[in-house]
Amino acid sequence: MEPASHGLRESATFDRATIHAIQRAAETGIYDIRGWGAKRRLPHFDDLLLLGASMSRYPLEGYRERCDTDVVLGSRHAKNPLRLATPVTIAGMSFGALSAQAKEALGRGASEVGTSTTTGDGGMTPEERGHSKHLVYQYLPSRYGMNPDDLRAADAIEVVLGQGAKPGGGGMLLGQKITERVAGMRTLPVGIDQRSACRHPDWTGPDDLAIKILELREITDWEKPIYVKVGATRTYYDVKLAVHAGADVVVVDGMQGGTAATQDVFIEHVGIPTLAALPQAVRALQELGVHREVQLIVSGGIRGGADMAKALALGADAVAIGTAALIALGDNHPKYDAEYRQLGSAAGYFDDYQDGRDPAGISTQDEELAARLDPVEAGHRLANYLRVMTLEAQTLARACGKAHLHHLEPEDLVALTIESAAMARVPLAGTDWIPGAVR
Amino acid sequence: MATLIDLAETPVRELNQALHTPSTATWRILNPRGAHAVACGIREDLAVEVEGHVGYYCAGMNQHATVTVHGNAGTGVAENMMSGTVRVRGNASQSAGATAHGGLLVIDGDAAARCGISMKGVDIVVGGNVGHMSAFMGQAGRLVVCGDAGDALGDSLYEARIYVRGTVKSLGADCVEKEMRPEHHAELAELLKAAERDEDPADFRRYGSARELYHFDVDNTAAY
Repeated sequence: MEPASHGLRESATFDRATIHAIQRAAETGIYDIRGWGAKRRLPHFDDLLLLGASMSRYPLEGYRERCDTDVVLGSRHAKNPLRLATPVTIAGMSFGALSAQAKEALGRGASEVGTSTTTGDGGMTPEERGHSKHLVYQYLPSRYGMNPDDLRAADAIEVVLGQGAKPGGGGMLLGQKITERVAGMRTLPVGIDQRSACRHPDWTGPDDLAIKILELREITDWEKPIYVKVGATRTYYDVKLAVHAGADVVVVDGMQGGTAATQDVFIEHVGIPTLAALPQAVRALQELGVHREVQLIVSGGIRGGADMAKALALGADAVAIGTAALIALGDNHPKYDAEYRQLGSAAGYFDDYQDGRDPAGISTQDEELAARLDPVEAGHRLANYLRVMTLEAQTLARACGKAHLHHLEPEDLVALTIESAAMARVPLAGTDWIPGAVR
Repeated sequence: MATLIDLAETPVRELNQALHTPSTATWRILNPRGAHAVACGIREDLAVEVEGHVGYYCAGMNQHATVTVHGNAGTGVAENMMSGTVRVRGNASQSAGATAHGGLLVIDGDAAARCGISMKGVDIVVGGNVGHMSAFMGQAGRLVVCGDAGDALGDSLYEARIYVRGTVKSLGADCVEKEMRPEHHAELAELLKAAERDEDPADFRRYGSARELYHFDVDNTAAY
């Protein structure tokens, strides 16, 4: 029986997921920990539309006239900035959270299309370094696996202050994923529930960060671009402080950004949407006179070329993907639906990355499960997806008359909702009204 | 003959570049005057004498070198050291030896808060006192305190071992006093000798992890 067809009414306040959460809490006495990112509905790039060319603008010929996609990241201070073929990068995800095969696949896929991938909490693996043409090395509060040889072997360094799924929170990796190899890389006992610190151990605040960045530059002889990554909260101020601290690149991760293991309450209730953060970041860079000199990477819920084009139009230099990249590798694939159901989930719903029993072999350290993922094939799937994203963004940019993705601008956008118009600071479609704008 | 670098005349950048591609094995650095990132990122077996006070991150990420600071050191001296020896003749500010994976850090004077925070295998010997939250989340290695320890020593400790000769103001979550067995007396004696200290190992007490917070548990919610 379908309850609604019999006149039964579900509470909007106490919906089924809420009722289940209360029941689960009552049974276990501890908060829910899961992977993925925010699942609630949020203002997002879907709420923006691009204005294609017509009488007042002329479009570029699809497939014939060039629409370039290259991007240089880290040109402010670094001797060797990253030169990427497409402005979509792979966000930081750790070996430990992900299998070695998944990390290798990310490297292969990114390298196939000339973009970068990123390490995560837990250090750099040889598989990842070996298969990544451009590898960004994360410098995290835990400093698990941190060593100067890997720092020098990286193509860029990303100082991580936070991530969109949990700004202000540290990492966690539950015991079932702390295998001998993972534990060895992190100098931890095998099988414990690992906590990562939420603050860096040897600096606090932006003045200290400036000195920390100086040290990292000194150790690497000023060769590597230094990124600063923040979870989206007080983005306007954070971006300004990151620039003052000396960042070459600022990475802003909105609350839709994914995680391998975080409390559900944290994922859903801390941080601001990517759409709200991005214009703040751009405004901060513009006010400091460094927009485009300090590059901006935006992540958190980027799913395709439309999201990428709209983010670039709002002023980002590149976007980063995490969850979407895992889906491209094979995460949540229908062929594993029966196994997802055995775990109490289903294809399209699976978010138990913390659990280590991922049938797709991606968010696991179980050797048999991990062996299911062929890094070559999965890497190629990711490359295909990145190509599609880039082609989609080019299609949209050409329609707006742009010869480079970076020529997209806020003027090319309108908003479908008052909320998104206020956040993105573009007019509500069909009007010239930007809520909150001072004329 | 030591290579002489005067930081009153030479930028730190030039110093570090020279130390990364060294032409000699011994170095003497004058007039550091609190400069940051002095002698960081060295990867060879050099002997570096710093004649004065240094700022943040002196000898950061050191590999193989022996760096001696004839003065005080700012925040994060020898942070993330992998190997070698760093010695501070004076006092050290907070986060001395933070996250260091190996080597020996000796501080003849006092060390401020968070000494040995998140230590991952380094040995640290402090001649004086250490501030609060020292060895916070210490994963591996040994911290020896010849004086007193401040509040919350060894909070959320993993497998690092702590020896304190004086008083401990308070222990952090999951840190407990443990029995000094013969092997602990022996390793402490070795550490004191390496640090050129003459304290008697018999005067120290040992602290380590109770390992009760290693797994998330309903009964531990007060500690989370």
